[in-house]
Amino acid sequence: MASQNKPLGHAIIERSTTLLFVLTFLVIAIGGLVEVVPLFRLEETITPVKGVRPYTPLEQLGRNIYTREGCYTCHSQQVRPFRDEVERYGHYSIAAESMYDHPFLWGSKRTGPDLARVGGKYSNAWHVAHMVNPRDVVPVSIMPAYPFLLNKELAFDDVSDHLRALRDVGVPYSGPMILDAPADVRAQASGENADPLLARYPGAKVGDFDGQPERITEMDALVAYLQVLGTMVDFSDVRLDEVRE
Amino acid sequence: MSAVTAEPRDIEQIPGYNEQIVRWFTLATVVWAIFGFAAGLFIALQLAFPSLNFGEYASFGRLRPLHVSGVVFAFAGNALIATSLYVVQRTCQTGLWGGRQLAILLFFGYQAFLVIAFTGYPMGITQSKEYAEPEWYADILLLVVWVVYLCIFTGTLIRRREPHIYVANWFYLAFIITVTVLHIINNLSMPVSWAGTKSYSQFGGVQDALIQWWYGHNMIGFFLTAGFIGIMYYFVPKQAGRPIYSYRLSIVHFWALIFLYIWAGPHHLHYSALPDWAQTLGVAFSIMLWIPSWGGMINGIMTLSGAWGKLRTDPILRFLVVAVAFYGMATFEGPLMSIKSVNALSHYTDWTVGHVHSGALGWVAFMIFGAVYYLVPRLWRTQLWSIRLVEWHFWIATIAIVLYITSMWVAGIAQGLMWRAYDQFGFLQYSFADSVAMLHPYYLVRALGGALYLLGGLLMAFNVLMTILRSQNQTRAGALLPATQH
Repeated sequence: MASQNKPLGHAIIERSTTLLFVLTFLVIAIGGLVEVVPLFRLEETITPVKGVRPYTPLEQLGRNIYTREGCYTCHSQQVRPFRDEVERYGHYSIAAESMYDHPFLWGSKRTGPDLARVGGKYSNAWHVAHMVNPRDVVPVSIMPAYPFLLNKELAFDDVSDHLRALRDVGVPYSGPMILDAPADVRAQASGENADPLLARYPGAKVGDFDGQPERITEMDALVAYLQVLGTMVDFSDVRLDEVRE
Repeated sequence: MSAVTAEPRDIEQIPGYNEQIVRWFTLATVVWAIFGFAAGLFIALQLAFPSLNFGEYASFGRLRPLHVSGVVFAFAGNALIATSLYVVQRTCQTGLWGGRQLAILLFFGYQAFLVIAFTGYPMGITQSKEYAEPEWYADILLLVVWVVYLCIFTGTLIRRREPHIYVANWFYLAFIITVTVLHIINNLSMPVSWAGTKSYSQFGGVQDALIQWWYGHNMIGFFLTAGFIGIMYYFVPKQAGRPIYSYRLSIVHFWALIFLYIWAGPHHLHYSALPDWAQTLGVAFSIMLWIPSWGGMINGIMTLSGAWGKLRTDPILRFLVVAVAFYGMATFEGPLMSIKSVNALSHYTDWTVGHVHSGALGWVAFMIFGAVYYLVPRLWRTQLWSIRLVEWHFWIATIAIVLYITSMWVAGIAQGLMWRAYDQFGFLQYSFADSVAMLHPYYLVRALGGALYLLGGLLMAFNVLMTILRSQNQTRAGALLPATQH
């Protein structure tokens, strides 16, 4: 429209780079501050629930493989509180269950099914067969095959560094958990001398995961991670009106 | 509003005007377009034919970020930098702040970021955050490059020779500032070691989810919307030869858009463990966002009043205007999908993928195609090699979008309905695998759409190449005679 009708107020802003810069910054800051900052008042966002523990070193390394392969691009880890989802996948997800997830892996797409509660649903052997060739167990599956995981030795020399970095961002790993992490990896993947591991990580599944007892492969770590998903909280034991008001 | 039409001086008269860097970024846009489209087609085919997942380094999970970053950061990013540096110089009547060296640093720094991030993806190096996949070392490089960009752009605004800052530059500035803030906060992480690639996000669980989608939604809101409205406010009036429809509307929708967009992120987390108050805020602001979005669309489309006839004869203008129309469609669909009861059906399905692509293929890429066809003849001082080829590109790409989004709408709604269907005995009617099997024909149609879109991109690349070759032949012949139109 005609430029002589310009409101005086805005003409001041659009004649000053500084004013435009500062006002723009303030306007975009408001929404983020109002929504994000209150979430860090933890006690209102996440109600701690019995059973939720940090991942074992083997599970965490498996989680890193899950991230590396981009599993989250096709699988969500967040069950919504609908009748069909609860019947298909299990209890809906609660905040405490992902409190030690750095980063979160809730996903945004279900090209494959939700995995938030896949732990314990299938045997280790099923998972291994499914990874080696998904169409052997689910004929219509369109998932890529991951046979190489069976042949790659798991790199865990630096697993203590991983746990230390996670402690730095807030996961409560203790000194012994960090120092003994390589031993915990071996104990969990073999099932031998697992008592210290089980003392540190109650309820952890131990034993050979990939069907190759003599080796610790990436498949061991990934299956260990999948088998713990959604199993930490015993929902027969939790009063949900306390968890989610 | 008359700033665009009131641009009297010829660029040759402006000392220090840097067109070289705009040429480079424009060429990078065209090259990365082919890369991003080809990656998209390949992963679309992988979903239709899983045997195309070739081993460890070429599986869908590792290649998907290659497509997403390839079109967002590489294709759209280079286009945003190319157009913003072109527009800011012209509308400020001055050359770039920082001189040639800083602009060259920006170019090579940005391409280096892209190459470093992209070579990591097939090796499995990713933070897993959507649109923020690059790991910490690539993020630091991008931050440095982005601050250089912010300095060049703001510095050029400060030394402008026009009293007013032109409206396109408000949007570009808001885009550059906001992306800086988003990038820093969402990528805060702790590297496992300074010699390694792996890092862990500073945030965990529900907080990480909200920060990621505050980032993710505003990458769409600022990178793929505000920046592109900047493109619209320069190139639509220029190509139409008409002033912007309403100056007042541009002020109102600018401030409303940048204020409201920031709040809308939580609609990506409906019915999740995110507290309900945050989800509700996300819905409320997403629906309000419809209004300033359509304010921008109306301002863009109504700029054609008095020049509608040009749409019949000018395929470049048609690219730009159809882009704005797709913007209107996508920003209507978005608030609709943010309503919780609609989201309950659409979330996690291919409907979301269709929605993203109606914005990406229809709005973002069509805007870029229009801007590239506008820029290339002017930057290389010649005429476009073939307008008929632009016409072909337009129709092939339009048919491609129709195939893509309709197939994804049908697929997504069918998925959502199958997942919640109960049989007469009260059992879930379909297994998850049933819904996967159902998708195959729709994935084929989608891949066909992607193939056509890539074909259109190749026509553009060929046209741009021939235009540049012609320009060089003319220069070699020593004559800058107007060339005949093909």
